[in-house]
Amino acid sequence: MLAEDQKKVVFRIFRFNSGDGGAPRFQEYTVPVQKGMTVLDGLVYIKENLDGTIAYRSSCRMGICGSCGMIINGFPQLACQTQILHLESQVVEVRPLSNYPVIKDVVPDLSSLMRNHTAVRPYIIRLDDEKERPTREYLQSPQELEAYLQFAYCIKCGLCLAACPTVATDASFLGPQALAAAYRYIADSRDSGMEARAPILDTPHGVWRCHFAGACTEACPKGVDPALAIQLLKRALVLRTLRLARVQAPAPVAPPLAPAPRPDIPKAPEPTVALVREQKSEGVEERRS
Amino acid sequence: MNRSNRLGVRGWVWAGRFGVERYLYTLHRVTGIGLVIYLFLHIYETGIRLQGREAWEATMALFRTPFFVFLEYVLFVGFIFHAVNGLRLIFTELGYALGKPTRPVYPYRTSVLRHRPVVYVIMILMAILIVLGGVDIFLLPG
Amino acid sequence: MRESIWWTVSIACAVVMVLLLSLHMGIMHLAGLLNVLGLNLGDVRAFSAVVARGKNPVQMVVYVIFLAVALYHGLYGLRGILLEVTQNRRWEVTITGLLFLAGIAAFVYGTYVTVKTFTG
Repeated sequence: MLAEDQKKVVFRIFRFNSGDGGAPRFQEYTVPVQKGMTVLDGLVYIKENLDGTIAYRSSCRMGICGSCGMIINGFPQLACQTQILHLESQVVEVRPLSNYPVIKDVVPDLSSLMRNHTAVRPYIIRLDDEKERPTREYLQSPQELEAYLQFAYCIKCGLCLAACPTVATDASFLGPQALAAAYRYIADSRDSGMEARAPILDTPHGVWRCHFAGACTEACPKGVDPALAIQLLKRALVLRTLRLARVQAPAPVAPPLAPAPRPDIPKAPEPTVALVREQKSEGVEERRS
Repeated sequence: MNRSNRLGVRGWVWAGRFGVERYLYTLHRVTGIGLVIYLFLHIYETGIRLQGREAWEATMALFRTPFFVFLEYVLFVGFIFHAVNGLRLIFTELGYALGKPTRPVYPYRTSVLRHRPVVYVIMILMAILIVLGGVDIFLLPG
Repeated sequence: MRESIWWTVSIACAVVMVLLLSLHMGIMHLAGLLNVLGLNLGDVRAFSAVVARGKNPVQMVVYVIFLAVALYHGLYGLRGILLEVTQNRRWEVTITGLLFLAGIAAFVYGTYVTVKTFTG
């Protein structure tokens, strides 16, 4: 039940269908709003009650899946994390994310994001056989973890590419998400993939097309800070080129849990578990009698 | 809207309510392009001295006309912006003056926010230098 | 060739420019303020002053280095902007080639003027 004094907000939604060749337009819907309602809740309300033809993409509705990125009142954000009343506006304008082709209404085609992400080889690269035939866990200190952990929180929502001024013109640019992902693995002490990734990153349309506009970091809904990752990546690549980089061996695997037997200590005698149990039960009986 | 929905060059100017750094990005390239154009004019103009004293002095007289003095000031402002902001970028683009990676605990403290005081300081520095340049070029004899 | 080499050189040029160009702009355009600070260099743009500076071997060498550094940094930056508005490899080669030629031409002319002033 909605309260009597509930607010009404106008949703101004971008309508476009890449399939029918029509021109894009805006359509307005009036939505009753309560405290705590998100823009995604508003879109669900419209789809269920007002117009079943609007298209949007969402899944987890709690800022984890990264599906519902859109431009809400002039800023790229997740619809599920944006509360309508916090916008402090009578009109909520919803557009699809910039810099991606539009499939329908506010559903963007994120394939460029996924292509760039996979291009930087976003996984641990080892020169030894440990990944293929693992023996034990890797050793990593808390400090080594901190060096990349922040950048590992990326949910691939693609907001940063909609914010980036370079992505606005350069389709060949890898973009903040992929570059931050590359640094996430390069900064990981278990990884030795710098040489494998450098030919992808150190190119005319690679990391050097970033000029620290900082927009990706401002847009990121998870605090991943791609701008910081990219600047640290530039430093790593410059040091590599100048041959000033400290070459560190990748994190070793943990030593075996049991210490190796020392030759000067004689071997323990054969276990006598069965005997001990017998003696114990006899003892109990003795005490009882 | 084109098929790719890319903002294009207009996206350099506006893509949403972003912080000041995104506009510094645009201004840095606008002033950069201006300074490159001026550099070529400057190479041409300094070559005039090979044509002798009269040609040189005629050119310098032209540069003392109010319109060219105004252009000189525009150039000076562009130079100050590009130099001071560029000095900042030399540090940031190599990952300095941004802080270390931190755990993303809400409210997020990002490198951009940690770095913003530096941006304000360089903007004050720019303003001082631009005013001083204006005083010199328009008010002081010399 | 690694892009990082060209980028690093451009940053190194930027460091040189911040120092040299600040000096250059101060001396050539801010005579009034220098006067206030008690530094009177006279009319630095007068023909005789220009020629006298050009005859100094240290100045000549610094001018040529300055010219190379400024052209490199400026044209590398311009290339970056142009690469961001074009997409394929062919554009990349064309832009880099044309800007390289423009840089060489400007450097040759500028050096000619500097050397001619020094000798002539």
